[in-house]
Amino acid sequence: MGRKLLLEHINVPGINTFDVYRSKGGYASVEKAIKTMSPDDVVEEVKKSGLRGRGGAGFPTGMKWSFLAKPEGVARYLVCNADESEPGTFKDRYLMTYIPHLLIEGMIVSSFALGANTSFIYVRGEMMPQIRILERAIAEAKAKGFLGKNILGSGYDLELYVQPGGGAYICGEETALLESLEGKRGNPRIKPPFPAIAGLYGCPTVVNNVESIAAVVPIINDGGDEYAKLGIGRSTGTKLISAGGNLKKPGVYEIDLGLPVEEFIYSDEYCGGIANGKRLKAVVAGGSSVPILPTNLILKTINNEPRLMSYESLADGGFVSGTMMGSGGFIAYDEDACIVRNTWNFARFYHHESCGQCSPCREGTGWMEKVLHRLEYGHGKSSDMDLLIDVSKKIEGNTICPLGDAAAWPVASAIRHFRDEFEWHVTNASEAVSRNYGLAHYADPLPKLESVAG
Amino acid sequence: MLRVEDAQVPVDFSPELISKFDDIVSRYPKGKQKSGLLPILHLVQAEFGWTSVPAMDKVAAYLEILPIEVYEVASFYSMYFLRPQGKYVLEVCRTSGCCLVGAEKIMDHIEAKLGVKEGEVTADGLFSWRGVECLAACGFGPVLQIGPEYTFYENLTNDSVDKLIGDLRSGAKN
Repeated sequence: MGRKLLLEHINVPGINTFDVYRSKGGYASVEKAIKTMSPDDVVEEVKKSGLRGRGGAGFPTGMKWSFLAKPEGVARYLVCNADESEPGTFKDRYLMTYIPHLLIEGMIVSSFALGANTSFIYVRGEMMPQIRILERAIAEAKAKGFLGKNILGSGYDLELYVQPGGGAYICGEETALLESLEGKRGNPRIKPPFPAIAGLYGCPTVVNNVESIAAVVPIINDGGDEYAKLGIGRSTGTKLISAGGNLKKPGVYEIDLGLPVEEFIYSDEYCGGIANGKRLKAVVAGGSSVPILPTNLILKTINNEPRLMSYESLADGGFVSGTMMGSGGFIAYDEDACIVRNTWNFARFYHHESCGQCSPCREGTGWMEKVLHRLEYGHGKSSDMDLLIDVSKKIEGNTICPLGDAAAWPVASAIRHFRDEFEWHVTNASEAVSRNYGLAHYADPLPKLESVAG
Repeated sequence: MLRVEDAQVPVDFSPELISKFDDIVSRYPKGKQKSGLLPILHLVQAEFGWTSVPAMDKVAAYLEILPIEVYEVASFYSMYFLRPQGKYVLEVCRTSGCCLVGAEKIMDHIEAKLGVKEGEVTADGLFSWRGVECLAACGFGPVLQIGPEYTFYENLTNDSVDKLIGDLRSGAKN
């Protein structure tokens, strides 16, 4: 059983209130940082921890912080990305709902480290209940002297505000988020300049995910070296995994990075296996944007080693046989799931959410949706799979922001790993609209590598 | 889409609403009041049920920006309604995780129960419904939300949907 750094007290009654949270050691990291450390010391600890951005990109948080420009007399901003919209991901909603003070505490320490006097938590607009929870928590913290002017008598001032979004997936991209926070359409900016140089209102800005900010609390409490002892290799610490789909026990789990995928799915401590006695067909391991893998490749790497829940192991095999950690949105598909229908569902999502700024994404996502729709509804052509691959290749890498890649990868990977299911939809069109392809061979043991190499 | 005829319906912002706007705008640096646009549009929609052209024009005047700067934002973000809706808008998650556990059947059920297609309003003006993209609740699907509070209803079944609609209907009569 792994150590819980973020969710240890999640089941304590009243942990959403300041007093109970404080009685469980809450806000100790603020006292430690502000009274005994310099801002640079805090940055150094986060660097030592090896913490990687929990929003999806996995970029080292400490390094991101050290890039922040600090020109004299110019305001700096910390913006927390709570626009959680990646299909499959619901960890930030969970954390903000049940233990909001953890995020507030992390925001105070992180803002102190970066020298920000005004910070924002940009929450997706649909999460109005969470916005009210956070605003209440901020008011409590302010009343106790942890926010506002002269925090704990240190001379450090911080105002923290919650900003609602308007319902746009693209605003999870950090420069689109900043545009939105400035009251504009969420069109991603061309980089460079990066937000660390010119972000909110043209000022140096750091944008971090909710879970990354929350992780700063145990890192400061226990030290970066202690945090780095957890996990495996360059995947340090713990990670919140949102487990959904056809699982017996869906929910948010805090795992030590390095946990075997098989244990995560089947152990009673975690997801407890597949619901309704069904068999597992496929997994999307890190949110809808990452490649989907059939059962045999998610449980084992191509070298027949157990696949682990870590940045490196999930990516083992690259896009040929691997996937990515992403945001930790773990969706399990049972034997009744139709991969073609699911791929169409994802394509519709990306088409709906494309901001329309770059033609390859604006047009390409729509074409992919249409082609996948006709495949699913029995009007597909045998050339459609190659057409989809062709369109996806023309989107990938040709757009300002990664939404284009995120739209291309699920389609390309579904065809790569489930091509015969797609072909069956063309050759057996009338059958395909009335029944699903089933598990087929997708859970069969992988062929031995020698025979392939021979 | 914006419609010209909507421009004919006058809209009045109460002093209470304006003071909420003032509170929002006070969060941003001087001259950056446009940052308040999204939160202010949420308040307007909560008050009037949708963001009409006259309402958006008034928001533009309040924020000292051009009307087009409001229209382009309201039409970009999926949460703002550019035409009147039912008093209760049932927004059902239609993305992968929820579909695996029956979201599509729930939407079919809602359509049959309310007797209106997606985006249409029931004759009594009480309900409309639509599918929306992932609501970040994939472990508790199928889910739906109802604004302006965005209350969440999880693990939906046909029965729980019937009860919800019944409760809203009887609540609206009182």
